[in-house]
Amino acid sequence: MRISRRILAGLATASLAVTATSCGGGGTSGSFDDTVTVGILHSLSGTMAISESTLVDTEKMAIEEINAAGGVTVGGKSYKIEYIVEDGASDWPTFAEKSKKLIDQDGVPVVFGGWTSASRKAMLPVYESKDAFLYYPIQYEAQECSNNIFYTGATPNQQSEPATDFMYKRSPAAGGDFFLVGSDYVFPRTSNTITKAQVKQLGGKVVGEDYLPLGNTEVAPIISKIKKALPDGGIIINTLNGDQNVAFFKQIQDAGITPSSGYYVMNYSIAEEEISTIGPEFLEGHYGAWNYMMSIDTPASKKFAASFKKRWGADRVVADPQESAYNMVYLWKQAVEDAGTFDDNAVREALVGQKFDAPQGPVEVMPNHHLSQTVRIGEINAEGGFTILEETGVVLPQAWNQKHPSSKGFACDWTDPSKGEKYKL
Amino acid sequence: MELLLDSLFNGVAIGSVLLVAALGLAIVFGLMGVINLAHGELMMLGAYTTYVTQLIFKLPILKPFYNSYIIVSIFLAFIVSGVVGILLEKTIIRKLYGSPLETLLATWGVSLILQQFVRSVPLAYGTGLIISLLIGLFLPTTFPSKIKESINFKYFKFSSWIFAALTGVLTGNIISSSVSKLSRASARNVDVTAPSWMRGQVEIIGTAFPKTRLMIIVITLISVIAITLFLNQSAWGMRIRAVTQNRQMSDCLGISTEKVDIITFGIGSGLAGVAGVAVSLLGSVGPNVGGNYIVGCFMVVVLGGVGNLLGTVLASFGIGIMTDLIGAGRLLSIWPDMPLPLSNTINFFATTSMARVMIFALIVIFLQFKPTGLFPQKGRMVES
Repeated sequence: MRISRRILAGLATASLAVTATSCGGGGTSGSFDDTVTVGILHSLSGTMAISESTLVDTEKMAIEEINAAGGVTVGGKSYKIEYIVEDGASDWPTFAEKSKKLIDQDGVPVVFGGWTSASRKAMLPVYESKDAFLYYPIQYEAQECSNNIFYTGATPNQQSEPATDFMYKRSPAAGGDFFLVGSDYVFPRTSNTITKAQVKQLGGKVVGEDYLPLGNTEVAPIISKIKKALPDGGIIINTLNGDQNVAFFKQIQDAGITPSSGYYVMNYSIAEEEISTIGPEFLEGHYGAWNYMMSIDTPASKKFAASFKKRWGADRVVADPQESAYNMVYLWKQAVEDAGTFDDNAVREALVGQKFDAPQGPVEVMPNHHLSQTVRIGEINAEGGFTILEETGVVLPQAWNQKHPSSKGFACDWTDPSKGEKYKL
Repeated sequence: MELLLDSLFNGVAIGSVLLVAALGLAIVFGLMGVINLAHGELMMLGAYTTYVTQLIFKLPILKPFYNSYIIVSIFLAFIVSGVVGILLEKTIIRKLYGSPLETLLATWGVSLILQQFVRSVPLAYGTGLIISLLIGLFLPTTFPSKIKESINFKYFKFSSWIFAALTGVLTGNIISSSVSKLSRASARNVDVTAPSWMRGQVEIIGTAFPKTRLMIIVITLISVIAITLFLNQSAWGMRIRAVTQNRQMSDCLGISTEKVDIITFGIGSGLAGVAGVAVSLLGSVGPNVGGNYIVGCFMVVVLGGVGNLLGTVLASFGIGIMTDLIGAGRLLSIWPDMPLPLSNTINFFATTSMARVMIFALIVIFLQFKPTGLFPQKGRMVES
């Protein structure tokens, strides 16, 4: 009895140890000279967990791929990448706190993390004061250019500007009036300021805008405003967040605001993942604008989607934020190899000008720490994907938007010490 | 005319969502004085019941009846939330009568537990658990009185709980093997799609109204009428009112206050479930859906006057109409050439966010003058 109990305890410890190592990093075969540990910081609990956990999955997959291909080679030594995953818990101060922990305690050379602008704003001072480096993978409102953050998502001129242009010039509602709807926080408001300036330049008219407080799903007043402002159809630009989209699309469809009656909605926060949640039957015929769409018909895109499905399950989808997260891991790896060291400053210098054949097509790191990317406009189809209608060439990122009144005429360049964060063009 | 009708309809539509959500709370908080912060989560359970019912009705056997699933789910949601409410009352709230602060904290804890429950337990097993609770709680009450009074009743009770547990596990497994969407736990929001006869619009006197909104108004009306009839006409309703007015005296006169508490709380919770069905038609169903409504519910009950159904009804329609008037900038279209400073002010508040601020401000001002709400409680209870 006593012995069996001891064996049992031993077994328990052994199994614990196994779980611990399997949690600790992407275990792959092959021999390495050394290891390097990077930080992954996203919300694994709370409201943002649904979205952010997909990024963790993608980053893990990218790291595993790199390890399987021999890891990172620095100074002739091969390093296996291991990772520490921290939970930001959808709570912005927690993101700052965990960043400090990853930098000071774990000494990671780089942190991949964040989703909401609020979390990025909370982390920014930490990385700047410690001169550490954060890689941030989400399309966002820009108007920021930190020497310590590297942004792989789209800036407004790489998403909303081409989309507005498309809606006004080439969509079925071309030439129509605009109505702007968004959740009440920084991204929709900044994005809509830019859209308003752009619509004015194009010669169009914005006939109304409204913001739904986060957590509110009562869309009735907005619907009556849309009907009043656009009685015969028109263009609706939608920057609502998560669940609010479900309420919005269900209720506008019931109210007769549909593509068949001349209303076309352009969405900036609805990707493949969200389409499956909202239901394609509510979204069919509306539009979306992204850098990456799962339906891109290139070998790189197909390989990306296939390996994600293989790693995490056949029912999973990949979307633009995940592609950005995937790219940033590879770009970091390339920069480290070019710099020949994990040291932040050398890596930062080596990073600018890095090129990568991403699933969306070629991307390149620009001196303002953003990526040059391709922009695609897609129509949402009944299968829950996008039918790609248009594809721009490579668009250069503007950290300071040229249509926003507060940042017009400014740019960012970290390769030239005399220019820096915000200089006059 | 059309404008007025449209505006009135919108106000009533917004108001009826508030009303159906607050109705259960008006009973639990109004009649029993229990501050139930888990009310929103009981609504969430109702919304999830709708989702589960929808998926079950997609099975081949029930497919011909798919169009009526929403009607069935109203009754099921009432039962599910009611049972959870009764369990809540029996285990937690009963011990905390008379201590509002503790009730508040305990029910808040319950709301967190329920939220996490739907996140981490597959819905199929959740359904199984509810079924076993239902059987376990109600099977013993159906036994003939001969058994109930016998000394071995506790064994009967015990064996009925075992039977309940087995049935629950069995149904859980059946559902999880036949509906794959329910077999895995997920924190992801899910979606209830209204059957085709409830989608689109109907035209009444030249104005088009969305059918789902009409459906919600109908659900609300039926709930209000049913609950009013129950409270005023039935024997149990009379007992509930008696206990509300004077608990000790009712107890002395032979009313089982314990039973009255269970029934009142069960009905209040069940109505939260019905509200869950209504809100699932408007937005998505997720663990946080209840939290979006709880503040509005308390606002309505407090504004209407605690313990008064008519007050609750008027308060919710009042808030609904005000929300529409302010939020959609209706006054401007009614009076297009008003002076500029006034129209600018109205335009400033004519956004959803600012309309909310305005409504809250108006309510605060109103409560300054009438702290007990529209229809204050009169009579003996006020003095106690």
